[in-house]
Amino acid sequence: MENYRNIGKPEVRIDGREKVSGAAIYTADLDFGPNLLHAHVVGSTEASAEIVSIDFEEALKVDGVLHVFTARDFPNYQFGLYMKDRYIFAQDKVRFHGEQVAAVVARCPKAAKKAAELVKVTYKKLPQVLDQMEALKEDAVLIHPDLENYEHVPWFFPKAKTNIAHWRKVRKGNTEQGFAQADFILEDSYHVPRYAHCAIEPHCAIGKFDLSGRLTVWATSQSPHTQRHIFAEALAPLGITHHDVRVIAPHVGGGFGGKAGVTMEILAAALATKCKGDPVKVQWSREQDFYNTYQRLGVVTNLKIGVKNNGKITALHHRINWDAGAYVEYGANVVNAVGLSAIGPYNIDNVSIDSVCIYTNLPPGGAYRGFGYSEFLFGLESHITRIAKHLGIDEVEMRKINGIKEGDTTAYSARMNPSGLHEAIEKVANEIEWGKKETSKDPNKVIGKGFSLFWKAPAMPPNASSSAFIKFNEDASLNILVSGMDIGQGYLTVMAQIAGEILGIPTHKIRTENPDTDRNPYEWQTVASHITWSCGNAVKKAAIDAREQIFDLVERTHHLHRETLYLEDEKVKCTQSASFELPLSDFVINGIQVEDGTFKGGPIIGRGVFMPEFSSTNADPETSQGGHPNVHYTVGAGAITLEIDKETGKMRILKVVEAVDVGKALNPSLVEGQLTGGLMQGLATVMFEDMRYDANGRLLNPNFTDYKLPTAKDIPDEVIPIIIEVPQPDGPFGARGVGEHTMLPAAPMVANAVEDALGVRIREMPITAEKIALAYKAKMEQSSKDG
Amino acid sequence: MKKITYVINGEARHLHVEPNDVLLDVLRDKLGLKSPKCGCDRGDCGACAVLLDGKSVRSCLILAIECDGMAIETVEGIGQDGLSALQEKFIALNSFQCGFCAPGVTISATELLRNNPRPTLDDVKEALSGNLCRCTGYTPIIEAVLQAGNEGGEHGKL
Ligand code: FES
Ligand code: FES
Repeated sequence: MENYRNIGKPEVRIDGREKVSGAAIYTADLDFGPNLLHAHVVGSTEASAEIVSIDFEEALKVDGVLHVFTARDFPNYQFGLYMKDRYIFAQDKVRFHGEQVAAVVARCPKAAKKAAELVKVTYKKLPQVLDQMEALKEDAVLIHPDLENYEHVPWFFPKAKTNIAHWRKVRKGNTEQGFAQADFILEDSYHVPRYAHCAIEPHCAIGKFDLSGRLTVWATSQSPHTQRHIFAEALAPLGITHHDVRVIAPHVGGGFGGKAGVTMEILAAALATKCKGDPVKVQWSREQDFYNTYQRLGVVTNLKIGVKNNGKITALHHRINWDAGAYVEYGANVVNAVGLSAIGPYNIDNVSIDSVCIYTNLPPGGAYRGFGYSEFLFGLESHITRIAKHLGIDEVEMRKINGIKEGDTTAYSARMNPSGLHEAIEKVANEIEWGKKETSKDPNKVIGKGFSLFWKAPAMPPNASSSAFIKFNEDASLNILVSGMDIGQGYLTVMAQIAGEILGIPTHKIRTENPDTDRNPYEWQTVASHITWSCGNAVKKAAIDAREQIFDLVERTHHLHRETLYLEDEKVKCTQSASFELPLSDFVINGIQVEDGTFKGGPIIGRGVFMPEFSSTNADPETSQGGHPNVHYTVGAGAITLEIDKETGKMRILKVVEAVDVGKALNPSLVEGQLTGGLMQGLATVMFEDMRYDANGRLLNPNFTDYKLPTAKDIPDEVIPIIIEVPQPDGPFGARGVGEHTMLPAAPMVANAVEDALGVRIREMPITAEKIALAYKAKMEQSSKDG
Repeated sequence: MKKITYVINGEARHLHVEPNDVLLDVLRDKLGLKSPKCGCDRGDCGACAVLLDGKSVRSCLILAIECDGMAIETVEGIGQDGLSALQEKFIALNSFQCGFCAPGVTISATELLRNNPRPTLDDVKEALSGNLCRCTGYTPIIEAVLQAGNEGGEHGKL
């Protein structure tokens, strides 16, 4: 065991005091002075319609209103992260209810809002398609007739003149043979609806295009550099380049994927270019946050698994139909990622997966914590339990028999990284006392247990990179400059721990802050649970770079061999001379004075870059064989003990356990925070949240009164987080990502526990009390009929 | 416009408000107190909570004019002479992640501990049930409130 000073310690967050004291500044808290303009956006009231006319004469009459902008001001300005299918303002037609049609800019928010209500948009309804299965039909109305002309990344395969924006196909082995060898085949479908991120901070962005032609955008962001890039691309027709664009990201009040890429921020950037000199603020209401950012995609899956009587899986076919919404510039990569990984954490020789990205007239689907894995794991882990029951094998045993191990092949035939999956299964089963039947004291209630495995890889382009600068201050404190975002996970603290470990500096003497793209070096995005791993590697390299400069200087000035030097307690020390101790504060800025009175050295500045040079998306589009699209998988297991009221279906979580293999917990307190918080978010999707649309694609519950988030009263009686540490060879100190994974097992383990308790299988999320009560009632009626 | 007075975090401040100005906006935009946040603007999330004459209220639901002459306390006030025992606990336990809910939670928990210095688990859950937190699963927040109660109680600075 290495003897670390900062790494592996449950240190307090370096931004804790700021956040707890109320000092932390979020985007909406920034002051811009008396010239600040406010934009209010007019959203479409139709899901699919032609825009016949936009009349804003009355709006312009409202006192304080300066402008109304529409697509005419930004003709055909297309943008998108992985596929350019989105517009700054809806062009000739709207494709989802809530899509931005116009924006009123005024001196005060009240005037902007009032005027926006006076903008008259005349629509001519077009046929709409709200359901992905309908959208797949041959005669379905085409949501994007020009699909074949859209620019996209080379690993997407849109089908022209259909609603299919991307189709990820995976073929491994021979599924026909695999199913022929099976003693038992289970085929069924599962349905997971859409969900909303519900970060408590709504989206906000302020754009300022100053009189010199400089565009600065302050945004609630997970992706400052990617946003800069997309703004520069989208606004290129105005002559704007990367050189002109700057993105500043203050503290962000939760992301969960919803503040990745670019959604409403484009409006602040674009509107600013038309209001030269004055900052323009776009503040989304909670309702707009539901409608017009990203939502989690919905899925209908068809899953077929063949097994031998001994529990060994012989073949898997997974067809996943995604309701990706009206624009899929980000969501199509969710589809892609799941296509590559919908085999789950299992070693299966014969696999076919079809993950199909389908346009619908619902709000755009995009990144959401878990990036599609929760959606397919609901069906897959339900299926495993059902098959085990059928075969009379213990379901945990079945998972052990098939669970993937280091060196096994993934669906695209890359080798599985080191993994603590089996250790996680073992520990979770022990902690939940798997196999021990529990009975409730209340005769109206029954208790069931559910189990689930999970895995997830970062989904990112093969050249997604991170970089870091480290600079010393006179007192040997440090500033780390990076461009990842602390969206709550504790990233800034962990970067400080990494640099502090290498440089012998206590974490509390290190500042790491959220970025400004002008000053901080490049980072792709804070998504995919890759930031600790990727940016952590960059910071480690930067710290080593700084350390080597220190050793160079001391070797040169003190004539000590660099191999004998080490850093500890903010000092340079020497293994050969116990008396040698040179405080870093003596020289990291001012250099070291030598005999002749001159100074050597100067400010110590480290630099580090990380790019996963082994990653590649080059693969056969028909089989996905040949590339190395995913850098590694993080795995784990979860289990739950659920008490259910037979009559009302009301559930109470008596205990929930989750183990995740993080490689190395750089800060166990923060990892536990991810486990506890992520689990609750996962449980919320299955037990609380329920997004409802009407027949016209209008969201019926875009607020926290009707879209229920759990409160402090809804927490499980007991939450047991378990950290597993099987090191990731290319991770900083062995770490790999964990942020998203913690919510993944929630839905299937609840479904499995419900079946264990009541004998009813629910294949459609959410699993509400009402649904359970009805299913149980139907089952009892059936069994009394059967006599 | 009407001239009103608040005693904000111990200091009397005079200001002009419109009859339909909302307290949250006035605190943030006219008085520069940014700790109360807007998460929903309709009373659902608790991010905007402040203490009005010692009682926690959702400042997004209250008209500024109605609070004329009243004492208002925000997180800026709670910590102005050094952070409270509760706030120190929040820091020590890494209770918050994104921190956006922290001011509202701090208001609710401070009110609880002032009235009930040794709360039970159920008391804490009840007191925090109007504050939504999407990040933490609540457990580390509840733990900090319980610990602050047990260790500080009446004698701690709350
Ligand atoms: S903003 Fe006031 S309760 Fe949400
Ligand atoms: S810490 Fe993010 S909402 Fe509570």
